[in-house]
Amino acid sequence: MEIIVCIRRAPTTDARIKPGPDGKTYDPAGVNFDISEYDKFAIEAGIELKEKHGGKATVLSLGPTVSSKELRTAIAMGCDAASLLVSDAQHDAWATACALAAKLKTMPHDLLLFGWNSVDNQAAATGQMVAELLGLPCVSVTVALEVKDGVAHAERLSAHGNRERIAVKLPAVITCQKGLNKPRQPNMKGLMNAKKTVIDESPANAPANGVVTVKLDPPPPRPAGKIVGKGPEAAKALVGLLHNEAKVV
Amino acid sequence: MSKNVLVYVECADLRPTKAGLQALGAGQRLARQLGGEAVALLTGPGLEAEAAKLGAHGANKVQLAAAEVFATYSQDGLARLVTQQAAATQAAAVLASATPMGKDFMARAAAAGKAGLAADCTDIKVEGGKIHAVRPVYAGKALATVEAAGVLWATLRPNVFAVEATAISAPVENVNVSYGPGDLKSVVREIVQGVKGKLDVAEAEIVVSGGRGLKDPAGEGKQNWENLEKLATTLGAAVGASRAVVDAGWRPHGDQVGQTGKTVSPKLYVACGISGAIQHLAGMSGSKVIVAINKDDTAPIFKVADYGIVGMVEDVVPALTAAFAETLKS
Ligand SMILES: Cc1cc2nc3c(=O)[nH]c(=O)nc-3n(C[C@H](O)[C@H](O)[C@H](O)COP(=O)(O)OP(=O)(O)OC[C@H]3O[C@@H](n4cnc5c(N)ncnc54)[C@H](O)[C@@H]3O)c2cc1C
Repeated sequence: MEIIVCIRRAPTTDARIKPGPDGKTYDPAGVNFDISEYDKFAIEAGIELKEKHGGKATVLSLGPTVSSKELRTAIAMGCDAASLLVSDAQHDAWATACALAAKLKTMPHDLLLFGWNSVDNQAAATGQMVAELLGLPCVSVTVALEVKDGVAHAERLSAHGNRERIAVKLPAVITCQKGLNKPRQPNMKGLMNAKKTVIDESPANAPANGVVTVKLDPPPPRPAGKIVGKGPEAAKALVGLLHNEAKVV
Repeated sequence: MSKNVLVYVECADLRPTKAGLQALGAGQRLARQLGGEAVALLTGPGLEAEAAKLGAHGANKVQLAAAEVFATYSQDGLARLVTQQAAATQAAAVLASATPMGKDFMARAAAAGKAGLAADCTDIKVEGGKIHAVRPVYAGKALATVEAAGVLWATLRPNVFAVEATAISAPVENVNVSYGPGDLKSVVREIVQGVKGKLDVAEAEIVVSGGRGLKDPAGEGKQNWENLEKLATTLGAAVGASRAVVDAGWRPHGDQVGQTGKTVSPKLYVACGISGAIQHLAGMSGSKVIVAINKDDTAPIFKVADYGIVGMVEDVVPALTAAFAETLKS
């Protein structure tokens, strides 16, 4: 089975994000990067399926050349090969999906795995968009996945804790959510592999963004709060404030 | 530029959902600014009566796709319909709710329309002749104002936009499609029910969340979690959790609030025994009013809380439940 895992380099979740001088993008000073959280579930799923069914798991990313660090982490975890579409621009989900789809057309694929959402742009859209561009079925927000006889049996998390069971014919796109698996840590052999791996780099072929950011603002500051009191005796006063002052109950 | 706004109104149990009506309200206000009409689109059998009522909530026109193919959810089936109707109504904007369903099909529909997606928006309006949408990014650590070159495709965060009360007599038009169940790429075969009647943290008006301070529900924290559930029931609230709690297996993944969980913006968020790590704050700072209960008066959660009580969850939570019960009775 040919598996391709699409990942994104994103600011770590503990990063403080401040708008930069252009007022449209964030100030990268002091920001650390890592594989976007949910993409780790996609990497793990790709490796597990390859181990079970045989084949190859290739990791693919669109981003600046420094993204090779995240690609090497995926190799260290157990992926077999890595491709990078090089671009320094900030792409939205549409432009990202177009660039990935253009590359994916040149790569054999049975299963395309994505994180269900990115921790930075949070559009939760790239996987579905790639599926549309390639004319493939897609299950998003997947928390259980099995492949059998050319069919992916997936469960997606929908509202109210419900799970929707969907079976789709391969090739297919699956976007992965927490709960699907526990991403492994790289081992010694993996780390050695990651060092040796030559990353297939090519320039990204991305169109203009579909949605354009015209302004990036900090969230409105919250007014200073107050400590109502200590211990259970303060409960009545708090409820009084919520009822009479904040008027939320 | 065309001036109409197409709104996919999500339905459940043969009724528009609250989030669906909120999206319709936003669509009506946007259409008024543009000088066009809000067109509500509904799918599925058995919605004729409800479709006819949508003029009361901001629809100028209603489109109903009642075909059997829409009886069960399909990402590509719905995306295809919405793309078709966006073209047919010459929509300047296409809106849906940022729910598990809306997020799923709208991305595919936007791509079919050769467009991007403004996901999970908290504001949408016309500024300088352009439709601008505001969306929290980096889990609410920043707000991006975005626009589209052509049609703006957007999903709207539940509980942020007001439902409209209008007296429009909106005609209902039946929409036909040329495809059937056999043409779909993916169809939901079965729904495994979560806890029956469980309120989703992302959609609830009030959320009470528990953190590591409540301790293990299978051990010494048993009573604390029961107390939290009682507080939630009294308030009609959903129960949320920090990641520490979810990772420990104390609560299901779907309850996690934060940057790698759900982003919530209820009118009231009550954080109990939660320290207020940056990833947790990212997911709930958009709440209207925040209450924190923590034994440590230096906990970062108090920096974003409007009201706080310094104390032990063991006795403060039951005292709150009693006080709320009394206030709600009167
Ligand atoms: C990549 C990544 C993503 C993450 N995403 C998320 C996310 O989405 N959501 C999230 O929540 N976290 C997330 N985290 C984890 C986050 O950093 C914190 O570890 C987590 O939020 C802490 O949970 P907590 O507040 O319940 O526990 P703690 O930080 O342990 O806090 C417990 C609090 O309870 C108080 N307390 C203890 N006992 C009592 C008592 N009896 N009565 C009253 N108060 C008491 C303590 O004073 C303390 O403040 C993420 C971390 C990483 C690395």
